[in-house]
Amino acid sequence: MINGWELVIGIEIHAQIKSNSKLFSSSSTKFGSGPNSQVSLVDAAMPGMLPVINKFCVEQAVRSGIGLNAKINNKSIFDRKNYFYQDLPQGYQISQFKDPIVGNGFIEIDSEGQPKKIGIERLHLEQDAGKSLHDQDPKFTFVDLNRSGIALMEIVSMPDMKSADEAVEYVKKVRSILRYLDTCDGNMEQGSLRADVNVSVNKPGEALGTRCEIKNLNSFKYIHSAIIYEAKRQIKAIESGENIIQETRLYNIDTGETRSMRSKEDAHDYRYFPDPDLLPLVLEDNWIKKIKSSIPELPDKKKERFIKEYGLSEYDSSVIVSDKSTSDYFEKVVQDRNPKLVTTWVTSELFSILNKKNLSIDESPIPPNQLGDLIDYIDSGKISSRQAKDIFEEMCETGETAQNIINEKGLSQISDESELKKLVESVLSLNPENVEKYKNGKDKLFGFFVGEAMKLSKGKANPKILNELLKSKLNS
Amino acid sequence: MKINLNFIEACSLLEKNETTSVELTKIYLKNIKEAKELNCFNTISAEQALDDAEKSDIRRKQGKLKSRFDGIPIGVKDLFCTKNIKTTASSKILSNFIPSYESTVTQNCIDAGLISLGKLNCDEFAMGSTNKTSFYGPVTNPWKSNKSEAKLVPGGSSGGSAAAVAADLCVVSLGTDTGGSIRQPASFTGTVGLKPTYGRVSRWGIIAFASSLDQAGPITKTVEDAAALLEIIAGHDPKDSTSSIKEKESFLDNLNSSVKGIKIGIPKEFKSDGLPVSTQKAWDDCKKLLQSNGAELIDISLPHTMDALPTYYIIAPAEASSNLARYDGVRFGIREEGENLIEMYEKTRSIGFGDEVKRRILIGTYVLSSGYYDAYYIKAQKIRSLIKNDFNQAFEKVDAILTPSTPSTAFEIENEPNDPVQTYLNDVFTVPINLAGIPAISIPFTNDENNLPIGLQLITNSFEEQKLLNIAKNVQDTINYKSVPKNWWKS
Repeated sequence: MINGWELVIGIEIHAQIKSNSKLFSSSSTKFGSGPNSQVSLVDAAMPGMLPVINKFCVEQAVRSGIGLNAKINNKSIFDRKNYFYQDLPQGYQISQFKDPIVGNGFIEIDSEGQPKKIGIERLHLEQDAGKSLHDQDPKFTFVDLNRSGIALMEIVSMPDMKSADEAVEYVKKVRSILRYLDTCDGNMEQGSLRADVNVSVNKPGEALGTRCEIKNLNSFKYIHSAIIYEAKRQIKAIESGENIIQETRLYNIDTGETRSMRSKEDAHDYRYFPDPDLLPLVLEDNWIKKIKSSIPELPDKKKERFIKEYGLSEYDSSVIVSDKSTSDYFEKVVQDRNPKLVTTWVTSELFSILNKKNLSIDESPIPPNQLGDLIDYIDSGKISSRQAKDIFEEMCETGETAQNIINEKGLSQISDESELKKLVESVLSLNPENVEKYKNGKDKLFGFFVGEAMKLSKGKANPKILNELLKSKLNS
Repeated sequence: MKINLNFIEACSLLEKNETTSVELTKIYLKNIKEAKELNCFNTISAEQALDDAEKSDIRRKQGKLKSRFDGIPIGVKDLFCTKNIKTTASSKILSNFIPSYESTVTQNCIDAGLISLGKLNCDEFAMGSTNKTSFYGPVTNPWKSNKSEAKLVPGGSSGGSAAAVAADLCVVSLGTDTGGSIRQPASFTGTVGLKPTYGRVSRWGIIAFASSLDQAGPITKTVEDAAALLEIIAGHDPKDSTSSIKEKESFLDNLNSSVKGIKIGIPKEFKSDGLPVSTQKAWDDCKKLLQSNGAELIDISLPHTMDALPTYYIIAPAEASSNLARYDGVRFGIREEGENLIEMYEKTRSIGFGDEVKRRILIGTYVLSSGYYDAYYIKAQKIRSLIKNDFNQAFEKVDAILTPSTPSTAFEIENEPNDPVQTYLNDVFTVPINLAGIPAISIPFTNDENNLPIGLQLITNSFEEQKLLNIAKNVQDTINYKSVPKNWWKS
């Protein structure tokens, strides 16, 4: 709600399928290669070329559909979406219009601490277009066809979201699911996942307003601020007596504003019709079943399991499972270790260093087994938490193992009782006057003995055991 | 050496060492040179052909033949992309296009050792039934009426392919058939033209007109030749999703001309008062002939025959309007510069396409437009299934269907009606077959009162090309049609 207005939001996500080759050709999909270096005759739409469906991309779409709790359609049809543009070599995009590969589904998001279901209307397969480069030459536009023909999944939600937060939660959740399924790398900066957001506003209890679509948002931040801006713009317009025109709008990342791109009247007539070069896509139930049985544990299930199995809090669990790599990392570390300690180390120490260095968890300077070793040293009392933090930082900087750092610096704690007893005895024998004073009631001197013992051990004495030994010796 | 060689004869001459591939190739190149007036070839690849022929002769000496037809010269419709050889679809927009790849069909021919003499003229993007829509000018039919000196159309769109075989400019040729583009010109030129089952022959590398209808096939002098060439070009191609996974068949070796007990359907809807008397008579004579050879005639009905033409002229342009969008001046073909992208598109396509192509792009764009789609395209698809169903039901009762190939014999180039719909009527007997996706063959039966060839069409069910060829051979062997055009064009 903004100033008494309700928001209605629906989202189309374009997710690039993770696959080595394109949807209808065998060209590579590698990101960042030289312009037009990954273009087959089919991708360039040379005369007489024909598309052949990439079975793996179909499998990925089915896997994604299953992950979105959606109906997998046994028969789907590829259509041609016709329009002219320099980076669309065929003069049409092969897409799915009336009969998509995946039908109705849903996902659950967190809305202000409460679970909320968001409906999925459909998921369909389509080709990406090439890229137009307008800034290479004053007169000409350059075209790079490396993206041309890359497989995309368009995931269309129901208009079930009521706030920018929910919208962001939704995209985050879809992204997380696709990454769990390994069907999309979710890399928004590289354009592997982008969203078109439909926004309308209405007064509670009144009919839905006219919607505007904001195209091509490629970060959670932009999604959030574009929705807020657009909703406020619409509210302001309606309140000053204007009508909202159904249109497509673009979000300007520099100004944070949206501006009109084209109205419904100017919308293309795409002249969809079934692509006669491709047979209907028919999927056998057994094949779908086989894919279903290979679906990994998804974030919702994993979150529950982490709460049950490791006693994690609701909050910690959802933080850890939101990203598959994080949850994988966590599980590798937590094996046979204290879950609380592991959670703290992963979500505070590790996250903060990754943030600082702007790294993903897959690029973590400390692999899970080494963080595990460090935690073992803490748990067994060999090092103190204070020492652990220093060692952790050094591990990040040097890539050394905890063990090497501890050995090299002689950092490990003295927890051996007989050794500590000797230490205590020599401290007491060196300070007979103070022992006398303590025994006469000057309790405060206890700290003095601890300090002396620590000094003598070069800080390596296990404070807990030292305290106990000192106490029993002085009080005996 | 005997002129008017067919595929089998050429093969046997080569086998008996009575000629060489180089010698054959030279003869045909000379014939082509002398037949400039017919305008059959868009591109003559003489050097390449002689080179290939020499290699074939070496293979023959070494006993390493690629196939028994190794070394025989053929002609290729200018719709098949051929590596390093200009491929234009007889359109200005592709008048500078040299593919870097070889179509599956022509590759199959290369793999069989056939020698391509060059690229044959056709209607622009295979759109037409007169060969007059070609950017390179019309092809002239080698046949002339015995009552007039007027030049006649060879039919289309594979007009160059049919005329070249009839005029002995190649032994056999490759055509494509979307609505009759092999059978109608075959009928007009006294040659055999076979449109295979949709999916029998790969479409990969053939410039698309209407993808759901296009099929490549042979144009030859005899049924045996058609069987042999079909065998060479057919087969599954993983690069074409609509290609059938059926095994290759030995159509030539399995030819069997008996029609004893074969049931031949005669569709009442093909009878028409407008049919020329001589065509009607040829049809009747053929029925009798088949009957006396042991076949059984059965009257059948294909109720939606008359709906086929309008249905075709919705579906084919719809697909064409989309297939031809790639000719935009951006990546290949000619480009006419403009102030901006839209202007470049408009200029390039205005200059690059001829009138008939533009007409069909406009029709196709219209019938796919929002608001018209259901009324035209969807309805046409529904009628298409009804037509297919007509044939399915007919083939429950009969083995094959016999009809005339065309409603008339070849007509004058200068006398084409102004109304394009009149020209479209040429395809009335051939179009239903493409819509149903089934195979059909046109064979020369006799000549009319003007000494012009009349073709008859045989049709069978999907993937029954063998049966089709067998019946056609029976007719061919019984009538023994030997007519050839007078060699008036030699310069």
